[in-house]
Amino acid sequence: MTKMPRVFFAGLLATTMLANPTFAANVPPGTKLAEDQTFTYSIIDEFTSVDPQLVEDVSGSDVIRDLFEGLFNQDAEGNLVPGVALSYEVNDTKDVYTFKLRENARWSNGDPVTANDFVYAWRRLVDPELGSPYSWFGELMSIENAGAIIAGEKPKEELGVRAIDDYTLEVKLSASLPYFPLMTTHASTFPVHKATVEKYGKDWTKPGNIVSNGAYVLTEHIPGERSVRERNPMYWDNEHTVIDKVVALVINDENVALTRYFAGELDRTGIPTGQFPKLKAEYPDEAISAPRLCSYYYNLNLRDNGPEYLKDKRVRQALSLAVDRDVISEKVLKGGQIPAYTFTPAATAGFQVPDVPAASMTQEERNARARELMAEAGYGDGLDVKLIYNTSEGHKKIAIAIGQMWKTTLGVNVELANQEWKTFLQTRANGDFEIARAGWCGDYNEASTFLDLLNSKSGYNDSKYNNPKVDELLAEAKTADDPQPLYTEIEQIIAEDVPIIPIYHYTINMMLKPNLKGWPINNVEQNWYSKDFYKVAE
Amino acid sequence: MSRFIIRRLLVAVPTLLILIVISFLLMQLAPGGPFTSERPLPPQVLANIEAKYGLDKPLWEQLLIYLKGIVLNFDFGPSYQYKDRTVNDIIAQGFPITLKYGSISFLVAVVVGVSFGVLAAIRHNSALDYAAVGITFFSQSLPNFVMAPILIIIFTWWLGWLPGGGWNGGQWQYLVMPVIALSTSYFASIARITRSSMLEVLNSNFIRTARAKGLPERTIIWRHAMKPTMMPVVSYLGPAFVGLITGSVVIDQYFGTGGIGRSYVQSALNRDYSVMLGITILYGGLTIIFNLVADVIYAWLDPKIRY
Amino acid sequence: MGMVKDIDQVERIAEKLAEAEEIRGRSLWQDAMRRFFRNRAAVGSMIVLGLIVLFTIIGPFFAQWSNEEIDWDRMGDVATLGVPSLANGHYFGLDDLGRDLFARTIQATRTSLMVGIIGSLVAVVIGTIYGAVSGFVGGVTDGIMMRTVDVLSAVPYMFVIILLLVIFERSLIMLFVGIGVLSWLDMSRIVRGQTLSLKNREFIEAARAAGVGWFTIILRHIVPNLLGIVVVYATLLVPGMIMAESFISFLGLGVQEPNTSLGALINEGAGTILRGTLWQLGIPLGFFLTIIISLYFIGDGLRDALDPKDR
Repeated sequence: MTKMPRVFFAGLLATTMLANPTFAANVPPGTKLAEDQTFTYSIIDEFTSVDPQLVEDVSGSDVIRDLFEGLFNQDAEGNLVPGVALSYEVNDTKDVYTFKLRENARWSNGDPVTANDFVYAWRRLVDPELGSPYSWFGELMSIENAGAIIAGEKPKEELGVRAIDDYTLEVKLSASLPYFPLMTTHASTFPVHKATVEKYGKDWTKPGNIVSNGAYVLTEHIPGERSVRERNPMYWDNEHTVIDKVVALVINDENVALTRYFAGELDRTGIPTGQFPKLKAEYPDEAISAPRLCSYYYNLNLRDNGPEYLKDKRVRQALSLAVDRDVISEKVLKGGQIPAYTFTPAATAGFQVPDVPAASMTQEERNARARELMAEAGYGDGLDVKLIYNTSEGHKKIAIAIGQMWKTTLGVNVELANQEWKTFLQTRANGDFEIARAGWCGDYNEASTFLDLLNSKSGYNDSKYNNPKVDELLAEAKTADDPQPLYTEIEQIIAEDVPIIPIYHYTINMMLKPNLKGWPINNVEQNWYSKDFYKVAE
Repeated sequence: MSRFIIRRLLVAVPTLLILIVISFLLMQLAPGGPFTSERPLPPQVLANIEAKYGLDKPLWEQLLIYLKGIVLNFDFGPSYQYKDRTVNDIIAQGFPITLKYGSISFLVAVVVGVSFGVLAAIRHNSALDYAAVGITFFSQSLPNFVMAPILIIIFTWWLGWLPGGGWNGGQWQYLVMPVIALSTSYFASIARITRSSMLEVLNSNFIRTARAKGLPERTIIWRHAMKPTMMPVVSYLGPAFVGLITGSVVIDQYFGTGGIGRSYVQSALNRDYSVMLGITILYGGLTIIFNLVADVIYAWLDPKIRY
Repeated sequence: MGMVKDIDQVERIAEKLAEAEEIRGRSLWQDAMRRFFRNRAAVGSMIVLGLIVLFTIIGPFFAQWSNEEIDWDRMGDVATLGVPSLANGHYFGLDDLGRDLFARTIQATRTSLMVGIIGSLVAVVIGTIYGAVSGFVGGVTDGIMMRTVDVLSAVPYMFVIILLLVIFERSLIMLFVGIGVLSWLDMSRIVRGQTLSLKNREFIEAARAAGVGWFTIILRHIVPNLLGIVVVYATLLVPGMIMAESFISFLGLGVQEPNTSLGALINEGAGTILRGTLWQLGIPLGFFLTIIISLYFIGDGLRDALDPKDR
């Protein structure tokens, strides 16, 4: 896990590259490998697509990371390592990046992977014709003209990427973005094989048609049941790939998945809420918990037509103080989740979690202070509050627990309401709520992916928090050499203003067979690549 | 009778049309759409996507385009959630799966249920009656979402006899648990309706006459009592069969079969309009056909029935 | 099967004949009630059901915890600390979140009984009348009515529920509406099927010949003969409704936390089997089962009692 300022990234990359030329499965010498190198895992639901520019969900991205390869990959710690790109150069203003691609990368049908493949794919991402749900990522990357192309004002050929030659890719940004290379590990930026896409149209991702440049090729896909990907012999680093076959089984119920894991049908599965301690005690080297780049919080509706009581800062602070985050983490979730008093997770690269007063008080002190604040605000006799969340066991438990905390500590009556997903999203988007549950995972490993949400103009600012000072600091941080002090200030402001109530930072909780080695536990984005795994003989 | 059948099939067309229109409107009225997502799409992107799928057109035009697609090309549209697949793909893959384990479960439930019901009725208020009824309680007490995980624990984990889920082309090992879980949901109702119906029939005048005539009990049951007994059972079975297909959501969820029940529920939750409509039409069609079959069977069971 | 049972019976008949003019007519319903109360299993079940209802009313006085309070001290380790015990006041143990299962079961049973019985009643009344009218009148009317039922069964139910939630907001009444919307459809089909048979019987012909209006025929002659099947199917509906409620709650329309229902408790309990907290499944399932069994015997008793030809 790196904590170095991002200014040093390019240099770090250069040195790492020299020291460690191969990045696939690092099998220690003398290890006896298992006969059957098949990795089987469960996914909770069928993924939306294996087209890199159309995928929307995490399980789809996991598959795509095995099938395709982008400019850069991540190693077990989450650092950038060369993928199709060997290195890059950036100009002084940090808005033109030039990537040098390797010449031995091949598509599964033998065609060489060239810079033109990236140009085609990135144009496709922002093309209004394709209508990718992730086209906003193209804009987020600040590629020149991305916004205009999405709006239909310019043709996609004017996107700020071009192939200088077959193995050199030049990207022009509309603004300086020092952490741009971090974003090239995202599935939306992976190349696609133009001839295949044009030949088969919508069907190009079906097994048999699909051509990919990653370590694996999709050989079977039965939606709702399973998908299988097998070794791609054309992959440039194929000799270091150990796992031959990866099977993803769709199991909608996590308890059934756990049962099947015990029955030996799975190598990896998730852990249902609250089960971790028991499983850890019984299977210490199989139950795993590690920090993730995601935060769980409650949105407080600060719109003009929002509830009166939320307009008073003291009430918001009181509600936040009265939440016993240790109980949530240790007694409700029990998965090693990290109590959150600020928004950005500590696990974020290069981020220092600022000290805020609430974090160092004891819960009794927090409760006492909360009562004081409520009394000051005039709600000492109680208050009625509405809390909504989308249907899920985990969300329900947390909401019930917090509701009870507010009731016993502050005499607040909480009306809980669950809504199914789309209704919930619509309600939240319409601002039809008082307090709503929310979660956010970082798009890239840098604090702005979280803090940008608090920008008054952000489309993801569900609270509609509006603080010009915060907006100013966020803008400054984009170009600052060391943004940490600015981030610290922002976090302290929101700890005082409480537009959101941070509750915990996520962890990944899973059961993993001990003979499967190479899982990137320390990669907070949990970008894993099957080519890095290997199974030892038992 | 054939005129009756033809008339019913002709009526099916406007019935389905009304179903499509109502369902279409209902879906549009529900909050959220296929592209409402956690990361709200920038308005321009949303506009692009909606234009691509024709969702920006007025409702009546969308409906017409949809109907035209079905009638001319048998094309039920793309899925909005699963970008790589069409509704035809989804139904073509999922329906045969559900049909297979659904039909087998249905058969098992009917055979076992009717047998239990008849036995219980013949031996009314005896130990056999109570035993048969007791077993129906047992199967009702374990709703299939309770039974499914327990079956997996027993057969996959403890005994290791059966795979814990999946379909694998429908080989028998993958059918056993789904069939057990699904058939037990229906078996209790079938058994009890059969039993109750047979009890009433056995008390009716013509059975008394048959008995007075001295006919052997077996002939009475099979030749005279069965047909009228089956009337309410058939009424129940028609919708029950279609219900098996909708109700198989739980089976799909717990056994990962890839069947169509889950696609149906998920498409509603995802606001995947075209998949939802496609499966609704399928169910509508099946409901109409099975109710027609049930009506035809009524006429066979009770010759006095005229339409 | 003899015509006359024994000497006592003969004597009684003789006595009654002697008092012929003083006999008050006994209606068929009274006959039925007598037969019902002679059925020990049915009466026993009514008592059991009554006890359960009593439990839901009196139970709260014995509960040491409310149905929403979390036992903070014990919630961290429910598998060992949450076992049912008389000592710590959690008679039924704790649920997965550390709340008292006794209080929750009481409230859940109350809700589920209401849902099941009222839902069933709605289904019975609407379904029976609709089905009987459709079957009896026949022809085009039957066609239209039954095709309507077809359409209503195929309409995506989930959207109906979601729309109800959006338009009317969550409430107990909406829950009943949500369940009631679908429950009568199957009943109407079964009733129609039976009616198709019944309407060709001689006694109906006789009634028609006597000039009785069609609706009166339905109410007075068809429906009573259907009651056997209707009652049995109604008792079968109740568990279905209890389970349907948990599906509706999933969509957000049903009962909201902290209130719960047997369906929800069973659902939660089924998910925690692997944790060794079997009481979380066993207790609500036990109540559910007891209710179903009682209703079965009551239904069966009613069927036996109402069947005019059963001796």
